Amino acid sequence: MFSNPDLMKFIFGRLTLESLPFHEPILVVTFIAVMIGALAVLGLITYYRFWGPLWRDWITSVDHKKIGIMYIILAIIMLLRGFSDAIMMRLQQAMAFGGNEGYLPPHHYDQIFTAHGVIMIFFVAMPFVTGLMNYVVPLQIGARDVSFPFLNNFSFWMTTAGAIIIMLSLFIGEFAKTGWLAYPPLSGIAYSPDVGVDYYIWGLQVAGIGTTLSGINLIATIVKMRAPGMTFMKMPIFTWTSLVTNILIVASFPVLTAVLALLSLDRYLGMNFFTNDLGGNPMMYVNLIWIWGHPEVYILVLPAFGIFSEVVSTYSSKRLFGYTSMVYATCVIMILSYLVWLHHFFTMGSGASVNAFFGITTMIISIPTGAKMFNWLFTMYKGRIRFDVPMLWTVGFMVTFTIGGMTGVMLAIPPADFVLHNSLFLIAHFHNVIIGGVLFGIFAGINYWFPKAFGFKLDPFWGKVSFWFWQIGFFVAFMPLYVLGLMGVTRRVSQFEDPSLQIWFVIAAIGAGMIAVGIAAFLIQLFVSFRNREALRDETGDPWDGRTLEWSTSSPPPEYNFAFTPIVRDHDSWYDMKKRGHTRPLEGFRPIHMPKNTGTGAILAAISIGFAFGMIWHMWWLAIISFVAMIAVAIGHTFNYNRDFFIPAETVAATENARTRLLAGQN
Amino acid sequence: MSMHSKIVGWLFAFLVLPLLSGCNMVVMSPSGDIARQQADLILISVALMLIIIVPVIFLTLFFAWKYRHSNTDAPYDPEWSHSTRLEVVIWSAPLAIIIALGAITWMSTHKLDPYRPLDEIAPGRPVAANVKPLNVEVVALDWKWLFIYPDYGIASLNEMAAPLDVPINFKITSTSVMNSFYIPALAGQIYAMPGMATKLHAVINKPGDYEGLSANFSGSGFSHMRFTFKGLDQAGFDAWVASVKQKGTSLTRADYQKLELPSEKEPVRYYSTVDNGLFDAILNMCVDPSKMCMKEMAMIDARGGGGKESANLVFRLAYDRERNWGAIGGKSRPFLLAQCTPEGAGPGGSEVLPPASRSPSPSFSLSLGKSAGSDLSQLSSGTVLR
Amino acid sequence: MSKTAHAHAHLAIPEGKDQEFYLKDDHHPEGSTMLGFWLYLMSDCLIFAVLFAIYGVLGRNYAAGPSPADLFDLPIVALNTAMLLFSSITYGFAMLWMDRGAKAQTLGWLAVTGVFGAIFIGLELYEFSHLIHEGAGPQRSAFLSSFFTLVGTHGLHVTFGIVWLITLMVQVSMHGLTVENKRRLMCLSMFWHFLDVIWIGVFSFVYLMGVIG
Repeated sequence: MFSNPDLMKFIFGRLTLESLPFHEPILVVTFIAVMIGALAVLGLITYYRFWGPLWRDWITSVDHKKIGIMYIILAIIMLLRGFSDAIMMRLQQAMAFGGNEGYLPPHHYDQIFTAHGVIMIFFVAMPFVTGLMNYVVPLQIGARDVSFPFLNNFSFWMTTAGAIIIMLSLFIGEFAKTGWLAYPPLSGIAYSPDVGVDYYIWGLQVAGIGTTLSGINLIATIVKMRAPGMTFMKMPIFTWTSLVTNILIVASFPVLTAVLALLSLDRYLGMNFFTNDLGGNPMMYVNLIWIWGHPEVYILVLPAFGIFSEVVSTYSSKRLFGYTSMVYATCVIMILSYLVWLHHFFTMGSGASVNAFFGITTMIISIPTGAKMFNWLFTMYKGRIRFDVPMLWTVGFMVTFTIGGMTGVMLAIPPADFVLHNSLFLIAHFHNVIIGGVLFGIFAGINYWFPKAFGFKLDPFWGKVSFWFWQIGFFVAFMPLYVLGLMGVTRRVSQFEDPSLQIWFVIAAIGAGMIAVGIAAFLIQLFVSFRNREALRDETGDPWDGRTLEWSTSSPPPEYNFAFTPIVRDHDSWYDMKKRGHTRPLEGFRPIHMPKNTGTGAILAAISIGFAFGMIWHMWWLAIISFVAMIAVAIGHTFNYNRDFFIPAETVAATENARTRLLAGQN
Repeated sequence: MSMHSKIVGWLFAFLVLPLLSGCNMVVMSPSGDIARQQADLILISVALMLIIIVPVIFLTLFFAWKYRHSNTDAPYDPEWSHSTRLEVVIWSAPLAIIIALGAITWMSTHKLDPYRPLDEIAPGRPVAANVKPLNVEVVALDWKWLFIYPDYGIASLNEMAAPLDVPINFKITSTSVMNSFYIPALAGQIYAMPGMATKLHAVINKPGDYEGLSANFSGSGFSHMRFTFKGLDQAGFDAWVASVKQKGTSLTRADYQKLELPSEKEPVRYYSTVDNGLFDAILNMCVDPSKMCMKEMAMIDARGGGGKESANLVFRLAYDRERNWGAIGGKSRPFLLAQCTPEGAGPGGSEVLPPASRSPSPSFSLSLGKSAGSDLSQLSSGTVLR
Repeated sequence: MSKTAHAHAHLAIPEGKDQEFYLKDDHHPEGSTMLGFWLYLMSDCLIFAVLFAIYGVLGRNYAAGPSPADLFDLPIVALNTAMLLFSSITYGFAMLWMDRGAKAQTLGWLAVTGVFGAIFIGLELYEFSHLIHEGAGPQRSAFLSSFFTLVGTHGLHVTFGIVWLITLMVQVSMHGLTVENKRRLMCLSMFWHFLDVIWIGVFSFVYLMGVIG
């Protein structure tokens, strides 16, 4: 049977033994390490008999809180992968000078920088942000879950499936060697005939379905599920930025889906959308992908702005300055983010007037962003600022992000962009805003909401260690890149000739090492906090003297979030309730209507991995079977009418009475 | 502007340069007038923005320190959250800066438009009436740079030279994927894209050997896609041209077809003669005489297409799928084409010749004209034989 | 209560609860399904917008090949359009019967709708195979790539609509016109009419303007 090449080709498509990277020692070692890790995890799950609860309480869960936590776990795991890529690039660039080729040949280095970009944006920043929104938004608006709980579970597993597809490329075949946006013609079949770009396409398509659906879900939740009294202008600012973010997701991810679909039609069916010949137009791809790509930047950073707004007001023990202008600034950014995409390719020869128009619209975005910055500043003014870890991240953000904003406006001036585009200055700029803005915001958010999710605070010492290593490491790692950019050094280069550049790359590598310590300190923080959880325990549900509704319920909240729906009179509604002498209702509990868990989402996502794998390797039988199975499972799911249940009033009463006793013991 | 930028330059020098002593920031101290103006623009914009940035950073740290929890002397007003006067300031201060920057952007973008011919070669030195600009046609190949000098009928690989203070008119294209043509000391970059010509106008003012490179990732040989740009005085440039003519070989279309195959770290090469219209053929993707030129295709399209009978023109238009990237050329065909068309047949039953048999033979073009059997193909074979 | 609170009636603080912190009764937010489905349709609409934009840019790049005037057979396309428009009308009848709770009539009109949809798909497949047979397949030129993709994506949507329609017919015949099934029929109705609107865009922008303009 194995001697029949046609049969082998039918079964395995273009997958052969040579596709497995036995010849790459780095990958073999990584593979062994990953396998040992995986076996250890599986062993532990089996040892603690955790399989049942894992399936029942987590994998099939439709509870927005658990899904939020799972998103964040996914993001942390992928952060480790994306950061290993970063460290490898830093080492290569610090080594490869004057004849020394370093340790990564181009075909490997090119995959690494592509994977680093794709993973950090799609599978680190996005799941972090989506996870926080999923966890916090329903609690902030006084809802019991999102609008479509099953869809939420499905979205999460599709995102995870996308991540798994990308991870598979590490050990089976290879990843794209095109840069994270895969510009054609380079990403076309003629110049990238291997599976790399197909992994890229299908990983993003599968994850993109999840992202779009979760965007729809959260918009519907925010628009329809708010507690009585919570008008739009009484929504907490994080909910506002989440709303705008999800509008941006729904209004931009379909463009990515469409443009990647067109690229795959070029690659699979020989069509001519983005080819050089037969009338194709590669610049169309560049336009379309940035029509998605620029809003994507704001999809990431707006929720971070929301987190900073919550944090700065909570830890200053003061109302947010300029709530209304904050809301308008967010909306203005939403609209403007669609009018600037061309600034990513001023250098492709558009006319001067077109370039100038897009340059100026880009600069205009800095006005609402600047207004936001001042609002945070004046929230601190006449406050009583407690420097808990989330507040440290916030102050660090305000200093770091301001610099990133300045370099961004420099890049927005077309003639200046001609010398800075594609240079390491650009790399430094977008890491400055994505690390200094998005990542700092995520860490602030994790430290801020962790006690809500788990009932104990994160250890402040290791949190501060993590913060300082990240903050200083960031400057050490990226200021040299600004300098190198001004020395005319461009991105994605794996070997250099000019020896005078080396010192700057070495400094940058040291900075990356410091960031590695920052990441390690974060993991240690999680571990130490778990070990000391009794000492760090918070029984009030309101450890930071919070201002919004999520702090009014217990930590962790019961699965129904609120036994009674709160009535809202102010955008700082929990602060307002406390001020008016809030009392918890102690009786009159009713049965609570809740959605049932279902495994359909996880099953569909698992099949979609099979589908993508079949498409990538041209195993058509696998792709077809998987596709039919997906449709069948989806249809089968619609025949399940038994989707909800009631939590009996007695159970609610027991849960709430336990909390009453706990709170009494506190006082 | 120059007085102003000098002040800004000093400001910048005072703030940042102590950190950078000893490193050569070519982008900030270039040798060409265009790049110099671009560097000035960077300095001016930084100075304008620092008006806002410095107070914000200072106030952030100052407020964080002053209103710290332990400082009970500081005023505390938990309800204070609105001030119309402050709101006006925080929206209008950035607005004012952006109005200034926007005006600068509009003017400088038009002045430094790479497509605009130069009117001066340095501040206050207009282009002399008798100076003829130097025309250079740039081709980004995988992974090397070809420079054609149409005025001199010569070409060079991975090295180019230009006389000082003479405007240079670049016309830039690429053979396969997107690249970006960038000489940091001379002027900002512009993309090199297959089937398209971009333009750049620049001038070099100081003599020297400068680095040129591709700034946009273009595949595995990208890191070494570098060349030397020589700024020479007129005598030096004339000598360079003479040495190219003397040492160089010829660059025919056949030579070019060999040259365009992917290769890395190519040494500098000179070509004393260049086939007439080579750049135009590269731009139109018809160096291979069996191919139809893009501009001809565009002309047919403008007249409403080639009609139903033109299906078998496909192989005369196919370009990408005949490139040989990746190990095996045959593998690089899209799945459907690879599966559904037998070797040697294109969509619609037209014949596709394997790349090996693509040779510039007139008889081949004629046979083509017969098989297509329409006015159209006669017209196109005429162009092919041009 | 503020003015904005009036605009969002369900968010208004209920009478007599001015000083309370919590609702004693259940909170019944409005159903989100229709809004969610609208949002989905809008995102789908964006995909079509991209395909239209691509067609707008590449639609005249014939690569020295056939143009719309050479290829399109307007009478067949007009017939095809009529099929889809009829199917929208018959779906409307189905919804009217659904409102009256008449299960059999609803199912009947849904079946008619499905048949019209199937004829539409059949005619489209005939047109495609004819084009490919003439050597005007999607690989021939950027114009044909964008044509096949735009029209094919719409056809794919109609095909999924038919699968969905059959699924719903089975469900209605099994469980009757329950609240869930009515909601689902509403969603499919929006989907079906949405595809109609898209098709009108395709018909005028691609076919009519292609042949006439």
